Amino acid sequence: MLPSVLQPLAGGQSLLTAPAETAVTVEGVLDAVTGEYPALSRRLRDETGAVRRYVNIYVNGNEIRRLQGLATEVAPGGEVLIIQSVAGG
Amino acid sequence: MGGMSTAESYLLAIGTKKGLWLATSPDRKEWSLSGPHFLMSEVPSIGIDTRGGRTRILVGVRSEHWGPTVFHSDDLGETWNEPEHGAIRFPEDADAALERVWQIHPDADSRPGVVWAGCEPISVWKSTDGGEHFELNRGLWDHPHRGEWGAGYGGAAAHSIVIDPSGEKVHVAMSTGGVYRSLDGGSSWEPRNNGISAYFMPDPNPEFGQCVHKIAADAAVDGRLYAQNHHGVYRSDDGAESWESIADGLPADFGFVMLTHPRRAGTAWVIPLKADGERIPPEGKLAVHRTDDAGATWKRLDDGLPAAEFNSVLRDAACVDAAEPAGVYFGTRGGTVYASADEGEHFSEVASHLPDVLCVRASAVSAAGVAGSASLGAAVNA
Repeated sequence: MLPSVLQPLAGGQSLLTAPAETAVTVEGVLDAVTGEYPALSRRLRDETGAVRRYVNIYVNGNEIRRLQGLATEVAPGGEVLIIQSVAGG
Repeated sequence: MGGMSTAESYLLAIGTKKGLWLATSPDRKEWSLSGPHFLMSEVPSIGIDTRGGRTRILVGVRSEHWGPTVFHSDDLGETWNEPEHGAIRFPEDADAALERVWQIHPDADSRPGVVWAGCEPISVWKSTDGGEHFELNRGLWDHPHRGEWGAGYGGAAAHSIVIDPSGEKVHVAMSTGGVYRSLDGGSSWEPRNNGISAYFMPDPNPEFGQCVHKIAADAAVDGRLYAQNHHGVYRSDDGAESWESIADGLPADFGFVMLTHPRRAGTAWVIPLKADGERIPPEGKLAVHRTDDAGATWKRLDDGLPAAEFNSVLRDAACVDAAEPAGVYFGTRGGTVYASADEGEHFSEVASHLPDVLCVRASAVSAAGVAGSASLGAAVNA
């Protein structure tokens, strides 16, 4: 699920889905759902592949930095939620 | 950049901590403001490219959340585009990520399509397609000094790019690292800081490591450059081989701005701040200072400026246009923007109470319509 500010970069969609028969990593999910939206991909991860500092990604309600980062596994049917952090002034 | 006397309108682009504003004027005195574009994203760099009969506005945009990118508009801000994969993107083997675009510099009329960029981390980039795609300058990226370059308060960046008419001699200034010069169009680079103080280092006269805040070339004297340093104002007459102080006559030698006249020899502008540890206009009185004799003497210019001002002016928050007489523009961290249509003799307020002004650029343009808005979520075109 995408925050509203990023939805124009995904053709207006708020929910992107990736087919999976077994668990896949968050990295794999992001690769799959942003593959046709490279500008969206750049908003979430820099060119080294790292998740941007103030982008928070949750798997089933848990922020992936407290899990295994991009290697965190997502079960089929699982939800990956992308929310910008409250940083800023 | 193009003839100015027959212009229908002047465009002043104002990049701030929280978006871009565009101002237009028929006479550089009365201004109409539109914006914000890219609300909540900082705009630390702007290039207005009027070559080839087209006005392209290029902006470095950076969101705290969504990172940096470069947008361009060919319709004076009505619509904005970015390449899908980004205009500036470190190659995989560099193992680095773009943090901020500090400088967008369209090259000379004789090199249409060439646009340079200076970025954080310290890097120089060159585009040959009008700023849509840039290539990393490997000579500077792989420079053996890289590990010893440092970061100023605002980050470690290449912020000044000066190209001579031949295109072979290129000067870059970085904070911190100082001035580097290439004599082969950017293939190889050597430090050129002889005479510039680095008082904050154990050796105050190192080969490199200076915190040069801004450099600019004299438009009419080959090999003459001016530098505003982290304390110290300098001139070089030999293509940066040596630098000598031209700070006498200024109320302070600290500041960030260095501007040169688009055509006339010996004319440059600075906006002094009191000191490293006191970054306000001296005595709280904001003034621009102009030299017309290459730094031998300075003239204080404050007509139209406020009696008291305690905000500073950042390195790219000042610019000149190419008109006759030259226009001078600057904005403060307090969000006030001033314009002068007569080389600084008189200033008028363009805007006030904007977010911190990070960058201003001005040019004559051939159309007057400037409107619309954009955000980092704006639709993109390849």
